[in-house]
Amino acid sequence: MPATWDWEYAWEITPDLIEGMVAIVVATVLGMIVAVILGLFLALGRRSDNKWVSYPVAWFIEFVRSTPLLVQLFFLFYALPQITFLPRAISTMSPLVTLVVALGVHYGCYCSEAYRAGINSVPRGQWEASTALNLKSSTKWRNVILPQAIPRALPPLGNYFVAMFKDAPQGSAITYAGVLFVARALQSADFRTVEPFTIAGILFLMVSIPAAMAVRRLERRVAYESD
Amino acid sequence: MLEELFLTSRQYQNLLEGTWVTIQVILGSFALGTVMSLIMGVARLSDKGWIRGSALVYIEFARGISAIILLFWMFFALPILFGLGGMPPMLAGILALGLNMGAYGAEIVRGAIQSVSKGQYEASVALNLSPRDRLRHVILPQAIPIILPPYGNLTIEVLKGTALVALISLTDITRVALVMRQNRVLSDDPVSVPFLFINVLIIYLILAQIIAQLFKVAERRSAKKFGST
Repeated sequence: MPATWDWEYAWEITPDLIEGMVAIVVATVLGMIVAVILGLFLALGRRSDNKWVSYPVAWFIEFVRSTPLLVQLFFLFYALPQITFLPRAISTMSPLVTLVVALGVHYGCYCSEAYRAGINSVPRGQWEASTALNLKSSTKWRNVILPQAIPRALPPLGNYFVAMFKDAPQGSAITYAGVLFVARALQSADFRTVEPFTIAGILFLMVSIPAAMAVRRLERRVAYESD
Repeated sequence: MLEELFLTSRQYQNLLEGTWVTIQVILGSFALGTVMSLIMGVARLSDKGWIRGSALVYIEFARGISAIILLFWMFFALPILFGLGGMPPMLAGILALGLNMGAYGAEIVRGAIQSVSKGQYEASVALNLSPRDRLRHVILPQAIPIILPPYGNLTIEVLKGTALVALISLTDITRVALVMRQNRVLSDDPVSVPFLFINVLIIYLILAQIIAQLFKVAERRSAKKFGST
């Protein structure tokens, strides 16, 4: 180890950085809850027969997916408070709420594509059988299509969960006290950079690599069961 | 209301200067990312265990650590850890985004190589082609049409990632917008913050569409050139 590494200092700051990791996990879990619900509605909206619904939804998904999460965060955090006609609840969101909304909308658009692929993979016969049985549209979706579509959408949803976790530290740019924010605070308080950022990286890998492996296991399992 | 949608020409000029920086970062990251994708994607399928192993370690590491954490580590920790004088933000951005892209790209390349039919591989062994010629003239040309569509999506993800360099003081589009927002109190011609960010988002949308179109052209060309079945 080079002399620039101070073990004592490293141990001292680790609890603070772990706290920052917990904050990131909290934001990710909340964001994912928003994303899986919003994503399903976006997927259904995009399939709508009404062009006035399906076109704007498709356009919105394309727009959100083509622009950086960071700029979307700044838009929510800096621009919304300037729009006077919005209700106060929307124009003055806390950093955590802003981050959860940004992650939820951004990844909701990705999730909608996962649902769409899942829905499209339901065999034609299932649709035709639902029509032949004269099922109501809501019954068809709830009891026939979605129960088959959602298991197939699970592996990509799991991948987006991991990807969202990796994007969540961007919340530090809008003062959300995640791991990166903690590392930057330590940097300006103690004038040390090597330990805070290296430990932040190691902690991150300790969560994201097992998470990615779990998703791969899920992928194999779903592939096995749908064969 | 409507005229507010557009910024002044001076403000657009600033944003365009930022756009040029963003383009430089994406070009650099794309170049590094593509080299890493090809090397590591091929290395993942090597006969030698230690080559396969090191490629796997690189991929797991560069994917698992998030781009933003890698960027901050490159910019703040790496120069001190290795006693370098400092790290230019442009270089830190290109290294972090390029290494991150290479890890995702390597998996695309590996998947594409594996999807080339086994007969092609066996035929080139039977024809006594060297491993290098086999890869260059038989396997990769057939893998490219499979690589291109996901690679286009990956490139757009990297474009979105370039916004992160604004956080390490590189004046890309995002940084220009942040500075404009901060200075509007002092300015005679204060910018409307919502429209400022909407304009920035639209610039990114346009860049993403350009990348998507370039990849469509490349896909059509490679389909013609390497004539898939």
